[in-house]
Amino acid sequence: MVLQEVCNLVNGEVLCGHSRLKESVEFAFSSDLMSDVLTVKKEHFLLITGLANSQSIRTAEMSDAPYILICRGKTVTPDMVELASENGILIIVSKFSMFKCSGILYSAGLKAVY
Amino acid sequence: MKFQYSVEGGDFTMAGHASSQVKKSLKQLGIDSSIIKRVVVALYEAEVNIVAHAYRGVIDVDIESAGIKLKLTDEGPGIPDIEKAMTKGFSTASAAVREMGFGAGMGLPNIRDNSDRFTIDTVVNKGTVLSIEIDFK
Repeated sequence: MVLQEVCNLVNGEVLCGHSRLKESVEFAFSSDLMSDVLTVKKEHFLLITGLANSQSIRTAEMSDAPYILICRGKTVTPDMVELASENGILIIVSKFSMFKCSGILYSAGLKAVY
Repeated sequence: MKFQYSVEGGDFTMAGHASSQVKKSLKQLGIDSSIIKRVVVALYEAEVNIVAHAYRGVIDVDIESAGIKLKLTDEGPGIPDIEKAMTKGFSTASAAVREMGFGAGMGLPNIRDNSDRFTIDTVVNKGTVLSIEIDFK
């Protein structure tokens, strides 16, 4: 699924990494627990989370998840945007809940990592 | 190639800085991405552990042609029961650490799972030394 489509489906707003909207992603993982994200062996997936702090960006960086969807309308700080930009990470924010975001994207064809 | 990084306990704003630098170095060296991921996930978990549990620490990174050696030495409370600490789900992390998305008792087991060789030396009320080795092949 192309990232622009991901963004459209969740009524999202792009905060950084606009150039990556043309890229495609096949898998996603939803969690507020970064320890869980760090156990995902797959590379190149969309991280869906409601955790909005610098560690969610760092975790995406270490996990090779170049795209983050921050749901529940959480506030993303300028520090987070800066850190994501430095690492070429796309941030999309959505007002929808994590369950709703995950459900919409799964129904539209995005696959679970396991 | 050797690097050293200092880590301050409790400073979550900088947690992950050393891991990020190591990731960039390994990328520049053309190391396979799946191996880089194992290295930086193990290192990041260990770096977060210092921030979450210790007063301060030092990370020594030694990149050789065959692999990477990471040594994380901290001054802190130490680990009273290593067997318990290695059990998935056991954690002594504070509420503040849990708010950062950690403290689920998965860090040390995940470091072990990503390492080719992993040892813990700890002295209660003094500190802990983690040694992590990951081969490039």
